[in-house]
Amino acid sequence: MKFEKMLKGGLAAVMAMSLVACSGSSDSSAPAADTSTGSDTTETTVAAAGAFKLGGSGPLTGGASVYGQAVKNAAELAVEEINAKGGVQFEFVMEDDEHDTEKAVNAYAALKDWGMQVSLLTVTSAPGAAVAPLYKEDSTFALTPSGSSLAIIYADLINLADPYGNVFQMCFTDPNQGVASADYLSTHTNLGSKVAIIYKNDDNYSTGIYEKFVNEAADKGLEVVYAGTFAGEDNDFNVQLSQAQANGADILFLPIYYQPASTILKQAKDMDYAPTFFGVDGMDGILAMEGFDTSLAEGVYLLTPFSADASDDLTKNFVSNYQNNYGDTPNQFAADAYDCVYAIAQALEASGATADMSAAEINDLLVEQFTSMTFNGLTGTDVTWNTNGEVSKAPKAVIIENGVYVGVED
Amino acid sequence: MAFLSYLINGLSLGSVYAIIALGYTMVYGIAKMLNFAHGDIMMVGAFVAFFALNSFGLPVVVSVILSMLATTCLGVVIERLAYKPLRQASSLSVLITAIGVSYFLQNGAQLLWSSSTKVFPSIIASGSLRLFGGALSISYLTLVTITACIAVMVCLTLFINKTKTGMAMRACSEDKGAATLMGINVNRIISITFAIGSGIAALAAVLLCATYPTLSPTLGSMPGIKAFTAAVFGGIGSIPGAFLGGLMLGVIEILAKAYVSTQLSDAIVFAVLIIVLLIKPTGLLGKKLSEKV
Amino acid sequence: MKNKKSFVGNLFSRTYRSRTISFLIIIVGYILIELLLKTGNLSSMFQSLLVPVTCYIVAALGLNLNVGVSGELNLGQAGFMSLGAFMGICVSGALSSAIPNGLIRLVIAIVLGALIASVLGFVIGVPVLKLQGDYLAIVTLAFGEIIKSLINNMYVGIDPNGFQFSFVENKLSLAPGGKMLISGPMGATGTNRIATFSVGVVLILIALVIVYNLIYSRSGRAIQACRDNRIAAESVGIHVANTKMLAFVVSAGLAGAAGALYGLNYSTLIPAKFDFNLSILILVYVVLGGLGNMTGTIISTIVLVLLPELLRGLQDYRMLIYAVILIVMMILSNNEKVKNLLSLLHQKLSFGKTKEAEANE
Repeated sequence: MKFEKMLKGGLAAVMAMSLVACSGSSDSSAPAADTSTGSDTTETTVAAAGAFKLGGSGPLTGGASVYGQAVKNAAELAVEEINAKGGVQFEFVMEDDEHDTEKAVNAYAALKDWGMQVSLLTVTSAPGAAVAPLYKEDSTFALTPSGSSLAIIYADLINLADPYGNVFQMCFTDPNQGVASADYLSTHTNLGSKVAIIYKNDDNYSTGIYEKFVNEAADKGLEVVYAGTFAGEDNDFNVQLSQAQANGADILFLPIYYQPASTILKQAKDMDYAPTFFGVDGMDGILAMEGFDTSLAEGVYLLTPFSADASDDLTKNFVSNYQNNYGDTPNQFAADAYDCVYAIAQALEASGATADMSAAEINDLLVEQFTSMTFNGLTGTDVTWNTNGEVSKAPKAVIIENGVYVGVED
Repeated sequence: MAFLSYLINGLSLGSVYAIIALGYTMVYGIAKMLNFAHGDIMMVGAFVAFFALNSFGLPVVVSVILSMLATTCLGVVIERLAYKPLRQASSLSVLITAIGVSYFLQNGAQLLWSSSTKVFPSIIASGSLRLFGGALSISYLTLVTITACIAVMVCLTLFINKTKTGMAMRACSEDKGAATLMGINVNRIISITFAIGSGIAALAAVLLCATYPTLSPTLGSMPGIKAFTAAVFGGIGSIPGAFLGGLMLGVIEILAKAYVSTQLSDAIVFAVLIIVLLIKPTGLLGKKLSEKV
Repeated sequence: MKNKKSFVGNLFSRTYRSRTISFLIIIVGYILIELLLKTGNLSSMFQSLLVPVTCYIVAALGLNLNVGVSGELNLGQAGFMSLGAFMGICVSGALSSAIPNGLIRLVIAIVLGALIASVLGFVIGVPVLKLQGDYLAIVTLAFGEIIKSLINNMYVGIDPNGFQFSFVENKLSLAPGGKMLISGPMGATGTNRIATFSVGVVLILIALVIVYNLIYSRSGRAIQACRDNRIAAESVGIHVANTKMLAFVVSAGLAGAAGALYGLNYSTLIPAKFDFNLSILILVYVVLGGLGNMTGTIISTIVLVLLPELLRGLQDYRMLIYAVILIVMMILSNNEKVKNLLSLLHQKLSFGKTKEAEANE
């Protein structure tokens, strides 16, 4: 018996050693392998001399992969377009972090080994907060498309002090959206006055908006009559909806992503409950879901900086290119990622950085650019950043009518 | 009246758990393995039904049958390739393999069908039955779900108790060695069990998605765990037990959400489970096995 | 030669060989890695894996004691890790000004993390160990989920007035100079990363000492007797509940220690990390390494933690291939032909050695 066990152990040891041996050799060849697979599909292509190494991580597998894939696709699209123009050149690698803090740290290390010079940080918040201090330590510039938690840019969350200084956000911070939503609802009393909220309490994004909204609502005379939560992949909202209805709520505030929101809309309809639904940028994407009955979303308000239905040329081009390449309609995450790459390209161009500089040198140049420049993109015009890394852009209120977004005039 | 309507919500959720748990418990009863990939087989069923309905515009009944056929085949193939080589291995080895299969199906589904969320079309007319002058409304969907669940349970019970194959299944679950001696092809019986269990998973998938319409490659994992819990709750291996366990789990979950806290509903469900198991250590309807010395 | 086995000979005797090999693997591995680190030859990716690997090894060793040696299927190991992790984070956060030395704080955090997990292990063990088989498994799963859910709703802060707690809703208003240690579902942020690989290795060695001493002791033999035949064990006067409890509590304690080390290795940690999937992952390490085989556990943990990282080049196909490898490994390790082939190989390789051993006996 013992012998057999020993044997198993021995076998495993051999395997482990061969794996370690493989890894040793694959370390140096990893980027080469990446580019070669890239050229087969429509992924990143350029490996030309003088290309900046742009990295990033996000959930490419698992439950949150829909967001990671959107960012990866859009960033690749932007990189291709920018490379085709000449000027600043990028080589882009996106690692999988499975929406997990531990894996995000591993992914960061893998990117560092690859020689990353500029980064898109992470797609989701908790992994972003885990790697942000590492970016600070190694002085590598990062601009996250969609990590909206304050923990990504501040080391001291209680006093909002001690910003990392070289980690920037392309999306609104969560509290910002809470304030904007409370502002909008308190100045548009025709929508209703009694607010119920359903939020996802194991999600940074959702909880962050909720907490700020409740604080602001009290100051602005909005009455919050009910707050219900859900977690994980729960998709039964009958109880929350019944209680919102029983408490007489005429506004249902949904600071959540569009997938659970679509289920909430359906279940509310099934129980004949029709308050004004009010969402934030996570709601964007609801109309593009395959198979979704858009009549359910009729009359839904949302505050969002981007809508795939906008008629400006930039958005139209982006949406059609994205659809041609990846088959899906781009959502908020994709738009933010696309803007990130363009913003970084603009800053690199203006700073005169070259690809042979170290990550730390590029970091200093980019921080200087980002705190002084103005950027126009899909998700906003005249976008600026403060020295803490927070973005300043204006969310727009839109309402869904006949299955399309319509801007609401103030 | 609010209580009644919560109760009905709970029964509706519970019958979805129950129908998944039936598949779990059947496979456990005969093959003595926890098939953690059951939820993921269900997920595949949901996607097949979705594409049949949405992309090919097939009628509901045809889509359901197609999806059941697909998962039946999938179940048999998985059993052949992954579980059969482990017939003699410890039950834990099979458990780990099942987890491997679960990862495989989830990641395969993501590569095949992309991770972007899809919405299942409504297959049952929305609307509801109104009782007590409209004070209590039960949606048609809830009625269909509960009826389907009862129908599946009755059919399964009849199949196991009245048919020859069913008898062979019971023999296998009692004693595989003795069953072999009686001329029963145990391997074939286990394959049939997987086929039936996986077929029911597709039906469960359609009912689950009719109520909770978002589709993603991970849609099976949470209901899978809940159904596993339900199966143990009712006494694993027992078909009426799985049904009862599923219903109770659904009702407790909804009532906990409604009357205690939405934040703590999961903790309450599991706490009740623990208490029940302490009072009845083999679940609600589980058999107490005599121990051999 | 009968009673005068040399010390070295004794270490490699039939009984203690696997123990010696376990220790050797860890010590040699540690020296090799330290050498690579000192000479700057270890890539960032491997460096980032060092601490988590040690955490998983410790938790898996504990679980193997529970599942392999004691024979109880435990699906809630992540719950104990979670408890240890957040305890460790709170302790380290509270002592950060009193004890500036990170190493001392880390050790205190690990000890307290192990302690609270063992205490909870004892409390949970009382009802859990009355059950058997899959019912026991589901109850451990249930406790794991309950712990996750409770920590998900817990708000802990510290200010000059001491610890502040709040449950379900965050009602804390901290005095100036205070900081949040756990903010419910957002978990802990801004943790000082004080975990080190060396401490992890020491923790593994301690875990091995505890586990092997337990296995080779009277209690250990009692535990194994209960696993192999409970009724027979009872009939020779072994108190089954007590022996099983010992294994359960030690296992929980090791998970708690591992959790504390893990929690202090990342600046951000969310309670949802310690879910059912993590418990299962640790179980996979244990089963693949061989039930009751501690050396196997160490090796399989290292291999399975490295594997997904080494597969990064496969991009989207990474986890698919990982799943296939897992299934194939499971099937191969249980295949009769492969087993025969291996034992043949082993016989050829160790022919001389075996003879020598026989001569010694």
